[in-house]
Amino acid sequence: MLNVGKIEEGFVIDHIEAGKAMQIYDHLELGKLDCSVAIIKNARSNKMGKKDIIKVECPIDTLSLDVLPILDHNININVIKDGEIVEKRHLALPKEIRNVLRCRNPRCISSIEQGLTHVFYLADEENEIYRCRYCEEKYSET
Amino acid sequence: MKHLMNPLDLSVEEMDRMFDLAGDIERNPEKYSHICDGKRIATLFYEPSTRTRLSFESAMLNLGGQVIGFPDGGVSSAAKGESVADTIRVVSCFADICAMRHPKEGAPYVAAEFSKIPVINAGDGGHQHPTQTLTDLLTIRSLQGRLDNFTVGICGDLKFGRTTHSLVNALARYKGIRFIFISPPELRIPDYITEMLSSKDIEFSEVIKLEDSIADLDVLYMTRVQRERFFNEDDYVRLKDFYVLTQEKLRNAKESMLILHPLPRVNEISVDVDSDPRAAYFKQVQYGVYVRMALILTLLGLVPEEYNA
Repeated sequence: MLNVGKIEEGFVIDHIEAGKAMQIYDHLELGKLDCSVAIIKNARSNKMGKKDIIKVECPIDTLSLDVLPILDHNININVIKDGEIVEKRHLALPKEIRNVLRCRNPRCISSIEQGLTHVFYLADEENEIYRCRYCEEKYSET
Repeated sequence: MKHLMNPLDLSVEEMDRMFDLAGDIERNPEKYSHICDGKRIATLFYEPSTRTRLSFESAMLNLGGQVIGFPDGGVSSAAKGESVADTIRVVSCFADICAMRHPKEGAPYVAAEFSKIPVINAGDGGHQHPTQTLTDLLTIRSLQGRLDNFTVGICGDLKFGRTTHSLVNALARYKGIRFIFISPPELRIPDYITEMLSSKDIEFSEVIKLEDSIADLDVLYMTRVQRERFFNEDDYVRLKDFYVLTQEKLRNAKESMLILHPLPRVNEISVDVDSDPRAAYFKQVQYGVYVRMALILTLLGLVPEEYNA
């Protein structure tokens, strides 16, 4: 088993579906941060078989993770301060998401209007369905 | 400030109040003929829709107001690439209320976000067309005397027709409505509508031929079945006559049944039906003007005291 050292302050983003770590890395724009980031792929997991993990060493008030449950609802986040876990977060689905997802409906005004804030609202919490605020099309990744 | 984007933005009570007001406008047009003196409506039509635009413009002129706008995106600054947000900011300086038709879904929502004046969605692509729904409901209410406890047949293209989806959603809020959906299998009403009806215990059935259900109907809402919607020509040829309303098919219909159609009609209602007393589709156009007058007054805050909540 690969070992990655402890972090003093930052986040351990755990239980990521295997193979999705880079998508989360991109969404959180971790490449732009001037800090240590470890990406562990296909780690063994009792619960999931295999999983991905991301460790980010950064001041905990510099990174917003609100978007994560939309990308992968099973993710757990451990918040680390002074080398200890100070908080375990299982994020709820946000009611509204701004400028993270883009509507894929080619007939939607958001496909042509410049400078528009892309807004999705949680239409069905049970089935985790988000809809575009403008055209009400259901969000899908493909 | 209130806008109208979706017919369900209005509660049943708000709709009923608006229909009461529309009824008073119909009975006493002179009482309302100067109520909007000095007010202007901007009709911003990014794609042509002559009937809807003229209905809005007539509504404002009947109220004593004035009209500015453009009838087609090709003659507006949209053709130069101006955003909806910028257009509405500018138009907010010229008019008191606006009606927007746009080929892109959600464009009026963008306008409402940046507008200083009430925005009415006059149709956004295949998405919503709330004033058509208000027109349909007012027509039924005025001619049947109620919006509950009747059987409504909706016939034709039920898959792509936004007017029918909006109508079903709006009628589903009233008591005792039973739906019969009459369409070719290719153009069935979408599952999300039938699931919504099932979840509310609203009775509905689906049939293929108009003749099979016409005797049960209190309202028949006709829409056009377009050739290009079919997977193959043979099916179109086989099915198309099922969805053409003729005097012959009306023989079994109730004397009191209303025939509605959002227009334009092409050939789905035979012209010999036009003189039938049950044909209400041209009266529907007139009710469209009354309901738009009531809507303009409501959004401008000019509703007479007795019709205000």
